[in-house]
This record gives sequence, structure tokens and C-alpha cells, in this order.
Amino acid sequence: MGNLEIRLHGRGGQGAVSAADMLVAAFTQEGKYAAGFPVFGSERRGAPTQAFVRFGDEPVREKTKIYHPHCIWVFDPMQIQTPMTYAGLKQEGTMVTNVGQPLTEKPHENINRMGTIKATPIAMEILGIPAVSTCMLGAFAATTQWVELDSVLAILPDYFKEKLLDKNIVCVERGFKETDIFER
Amino acid sequence: MEAIKTGDVKVGDGNFAAAHAVRMAKPDLIAIYPITPQTSLIEKLSQFRVDGLIDADMIEVEGETSAIGLTIGAAVAGGRVFTSTSSMGLNFMFDGYQMAANYRQPVVMVNANRENPAPAQISAGQQDVMTVSEVGWIQIHVENCQEIFDSVLMAFKLAEDPEILMPVSVCYDGFYLSYLREAIKFPAQETVDQFIPRQPRPVLGFDPPTFLAWRAIHDEDTAEYRLRQQIAYDKSKDKMDAIDEEFGKLFGRRYGGQIEEYRMEDAEIALVCLGSHTGTARVVIDKKREEGIKVGLVKVRTFRPFPKEKLAEAVKGLKAVGVIDRSVCFTWQGGHIFRDLKTSLYGHDYIPLVNFIGGLAGHDITIPLLENAVDVTLNAGEGKPFKEINWMALENL
Repeated sequence: MGNLEIRLHGRGGQGAVSAADMLVAAFTQEGKYAAGFPVFGSERRGAPTQAFVRFGDEPVREKTKIYHPHCIWVFDPMQIQTPMTYAGLKQEGTMVTNVGQPLTEKPHENINRMGTIKATPIAMEILGIPAVSTCMLGAFAATTQWVELDSVLAILPDYFKEKLLDKNIVCVERGFKETDIFER
Repeated sequence: MEAIKTGDVKVGDGNFAAAHAVRMAKPDLIAIYPITPQTSLIEKLSQFRVDGLIDADMIEVEGETSAIGLTIGAAVAGGRVFTSTSSMGLNFMFDGYQMAANYRQPVVMVNANRENPAPAQISAGQQDVMTVSEVGWIQIHVENCQEIFDSVLMAFKLAEDPEILMPVSVCYDGFYLSYLREAIKFPAQETVDQFIPRQPRPVLGFDPPTFLAWRAIHDEDTAEYRLRQQIAYDKSKDKMDAIDEEFGKLFGRRYGGQIEEYRMEDAEIALVCLGSHTGTARVVIDKKREEGIKVGLVKVRTFRPFPKEKLAEAVKGLKAVGVIDRSVCFTWQGGHIFRDLKTSLYGHDYIPLVNFIGGLAGHDITIPLLENAVDVTLNAGEGKPFKEINWMALENL
């Protein structure tokens, strides 16, 4: 099987770009090839951002956005309603999403497997800011099983120190445990 | 923060790669003004300074024109120097930028390639570096983070070579590479030290008239300085190839020196690329090969000096060549690589050249766009009429 492609949808300040970075590190930790990059303009907090992550057993050579993702990873619950979020999603696709309220139905027909997590309240409770990156990494690991929880935990010390590290470990673990997973 | 250990693999982006390569090159002076998409590089270097991982003087400048001025000054004093910029910052330092070349000072810079201002805002493109390409700087263009790391080391080697003594810019596409996260292999510090040892170099070169001749010479001598500059500039081509070979022996990775050929052995047509989309083009070449199309890829690494001899040899006998440009060269309607390749092939057997302009202002050079470029080039190679200049996704304008 070729490499898999993940597209992140978030807003500046939520940590989608950081999460992409840490996910690439976690895949690399497992000996896989991985690469990712974000797209954002001069605007910062609150503006829509996208990031793209590719990983697998083949070196990642493409330096282009992802138009047909195997997985969409949504950090901003508002973007669940946005049709562009699902553009090009492959059939039998996967969605990992931060939610405000529980989803009563699949938001797009191509979704085969879906993980939902109320990440914002967890981030607010533990970190005091709505930076959901680490919680969403836990949810991603739980939903997709493409990366081990241990690999995510192993790379966190490269990104956080001391108390902030401890708190983000809790975020990853709670994200992993508290994700509701749905399968067709 | 801990120092990165020997032989480690770390995940980071292009700016991270450049910052670490600069750290391992142990410069004496760093003067940078922040500008997107290069800013995280100066943040990283500042952190290294605070953490005691580098010993360089880091000067907080008020703008790019000061940044280049300081690096020239420190280079004249014999120092190893570094600066970096992008787009409008590069424009703002253009006076000193020319001086660095004309004084023959080995300033090493990275440029996170970006559109020049207006009407777009802050986005990817190569217009900035292409616009300043005629003033005697050596330019190395790259396609991934490891190549950024490795090329910064090569840049110091080339710039400080006693036979070259010229500024070198490592140019990487802003956003697409400056923010691309991937694994980067770190060499041992001793290997870097061995590759780019510190060696004293002469401060004044009056006899023969070679470098740093400011107000101390008569105007009529300038021509001789220029000619010697031109000769050294040309010499840097073979140096680049030799440096690539030496780098390969020490670090286990090679990039081909001035150019790299990919699947060119039995190719009938080729794409010529430079920068981040070269990686995407490799995927497209493999796909087209599976369809039975004999297409190859030629990657330009040193855009300056332009590897005209190597390129003419690489495309010799092909039925057609498609050239991908991420900048516009107004007089010729096409892009800069197209103009230079076409000029390089003057006097050689005719080969249809097709230009594709894309990737301006962050416009994505996608796999389908490059597949189309191969198809159009293939048609041109079959003798069918073709449009010489093609703007990707704007064919109907």
C-alpha cells in the first residue's frame, strides 16, 4: 500500500500546525517516512488554517497540498458544517474531529470510520487555553490506529518541558481514552 | 534546551534545518532581520545563542540593509558570517547584496523564496531570488529539508574557498520548504569541522586585483576586478561538483553538484525543475513511466552560475523539454529558467522547449498540472504545433 494522506482543518491558535508537526515526529519515531506542512497567510489567531501530513513506507517526495485525503482531522467544530472540509475525501475515509455536541449522524457519506472528542473542554480544563493539539493527537491515535499512543507520548518531551509536559501527557491520554469511535 | 547528539534524527522544518546547519558551521557573526517565512530561523538561532549552543555575535539589526552591511564588515575582518531573508527583505538589502559580491566576500545567506510584493501578500514563489540573480551571487536551490541542511554546509565550503571567495545563497521555497516538517539526519560535529575547517584568508587582494577594492583603486581598474570575478564565478561550477563529491564521501549523501538527472538514461523528453516542486515532479515522472512514456527529470541546483554546459549535455538529443518556472521574466514573457536554458542551447541542435509558469503566490503546483506539462511536452516532441509559454491553470486567458 502506498503512503496515506491526512488533511488538518483548524483555526490559528488551536494547534493544528503543531499537531501536524508532532504527528510527523511520532511517525518518524516508529521508523516510518513522514512529512507535513501547513498553509496559512499573514493572519494569525482565529483564521482558518490547513495542514497536510503524508506518511508510510515510501519516502515522501510530493511538495503539494492534499486533495484526496484518506483522513480528515478537524480541530475546529465549526468546520464540521463546512462542505470544503470534505473536499476530495476518499471513499472508506476516516474522520477525527473535535466536537461541541455529539454528532447524531456521519457528516459525509465517504466517512467509514469516525472518532469524535470534546477536546476544547479538556484543553481548557488542563491547559487553560483552547489549544487542542495534544488532545487531538490522542484522539487521532485512538481512531485511526495508524500511530501508537506510546510513540506520541515518546516525542512530547521534544515539544514541552516540565509542568507543561505533564499537562500535555494528560491531554494526549484523555484524548485517547475519551474518543467515541464509530464505524459503518 | 539540549544539544542535538551525534547521528541523531530530528523532525523539523526547513528553517529548523538551516538553523542547525548554521549552528554546526560555527559562524562568528549572524545578523538577520525577521521576515515571513524565514522568521522561525532567526528565532531558532536566537535560542541557540541564549542556550550557549553557538558562540557567534548575534546583532539585532533594524533592517536587512544593516544585516547585509554587518555581514560584509565581519567577512572583511576574516569572519565566517551568516544572514537570511526573503522577498521584500532581499529587495531592501539589494545595495549591500551587490557589494558582497563585488567585494568578493564569502557571505552565506539563506533565502526563503517568496513572491515579490503586490498584488499578492505573503506567499510562496521564486520571483525574489530570480530578480536578484544577475549580480554575482552563487545560488543553490533545493527540494527538501535534508538538502537545506546539507547545502548550507556546502555553501560555507564554496563561499570560503580561496579560489572562489564569493557570497552564496541557499534558496528554498518559502512555506513549501521553510515550514515542511520531516526527518533530518544530523552529522557529527567533527565531520562538519573536517568538511568546513576554519582557515585564515587574505583580507586585501590588490595584487592581483581580486577583492575588496573600495575607493583604494582607480576606477579604470574596476574592469580587471570584474573580469577576475567572472572567472572565479565560472570556476565555482566545477567546485560545486567537487564539493558535492567530497560531501558524499564524508556524509553519505550526494545531490549531483550543479544539476541532478532523474530517470534520464533512455528518456525522450524531460522536465527541467528547480525547487520544492522537483519532488512532486519525481512522482509524476514515475507515474508517466508506468504509462510507458519515456520522460525524465533534470533538476537545476545551482541556478547561478547557470549550469549551461551540464544542461545542454543532459538534454542533448531529446525530442522536447518542458521547463517549469515559478517566476516571470517580463521581457521574454516566460520564466527565468526557460530564458536561460533557451540561451544555453543557442548553437546546439534544435530542441522544442515548452515553458510552464506556475506556483506564483502560493498557487499549488499539483500532480495533475505537472502531468499536463508532460503531456504537452510529449506533443511538442512529436512535432505537433505547441504554445511556447503556458501559464498553468490559466490556459484560456
